[in-house]
Amino acid sequence: MSDLPGIHLVLFTFLAVIAIAVIRLKDLFAAVMLMGIFSLLSASLFTVMDAVDVAFTEAAVGAGISTILMLATLALTDSEEHPAHNRFRVVPLLAVLATGGALVYATFDMPRYGDPSAPIHHYVAPHYLEHTDDDIGVPNIVTAVLASYRGYDTWGETTVILTACVGVLLLLGGHAVVERFRRTTPGQEDGE
Amino acid sequence: MTSHVILRVLLKLLIPVIMLFALYVQFHGDYGPGGGFQAGVIFGAGMILYALIFGLEPALRVFSPNVLRTLVAAGVMLYGGVGVATILFGGNFLDYDVLAHDPHHGQHLGILLVELGVGLTVAAVMATIFFTFAGRGRTDA
Repeated sequence: MSDLPGIHLVLFTFLAVIAIAVIRLKDLFAAVMLMGIFSLLSASLFTVMDAVDVAFTEAAVGAGISTILMLATLALTDSEEHPAHNRFRVVPLLAVLATGGALVYATFDMPRYGDPSAPIHHYVAPHYLEHTDDDIGVPNIVTAVLASYRGYDTWGETTVILTACVGVLLLLGGHAVVERFRRTTPGQEDGE
Repeated sequence: MTSHVILRVLLKLLIPVIMLFALYVQFHGDYGPGGGFQAGVIFGAGMILYALIFGLEPALRVFSPNVLRTLVAAGVMLYGGVGVATILFGGNFLDYDVLAHDPHHGQHLGILLVELGVGLTVAAVMATIFFTFAGRGRTDA
């Protein structure tokens, strides 16, 4: 950890504190606001790690749109959490501790942060870095990878977003369609 | 909602800037950070801000739900259309080299069109989802 710059430690500490606060809070409105701050801090962390494109997306999607959608949901439901049971349970606690322990144990096998000999830096990344200028001719390598080398994946992601929209419209938008139908049918009977 | 004078005046100035910035992020993605996803989300946020401050009805008059739904599909169609076009020009699916005489120009054109498709879809989806959520609250109340 000592080779991490101090700003990383500060941001990670804030992230942990906010995460715990979100879990403890019963007021969902405050929890949504804290989640927005959580996303903004993540975006700062990505910026510090020189992943500007990811930071951009995190700030726009995580801190912006997600917060608004959560608030819209709270407007439809209740902004206070009502837990079904507050009883302390041993088995779920053990399951969570075991899973968490396994995940922490797995991190010991991971390459150190920023390690140039890590496998991720020796697979396709060097190829992209070396050949983007010849193959694509685009200065931003992230864009070249996203839209050209990995065009199929981005095409899939766009389809996922389309599917999400269709799902929301089917679940929530159908209501408006039915209402419009109901409103017009008696209106015609009234001689409108 | 309608009485926030300071917010309304400020947002009247801010929303065009937000949308202009979204277009900058959209078309400057080749050179700097950004691209279709980010631009779409920023543009969608502009539309949502308008709806939050000026109310859902005026927002729906400006951004018609039918137009938005068409744009959702149009963005994906544009992306797929570029892929089909590359096949028709004799390349592989989404191999932009064949789109122009110079492979680099083809790549630039392909990436521009594909990112535009992503931006259209994302912006329209964000606005549609928000309007659907907000509209449901109105009709139920």
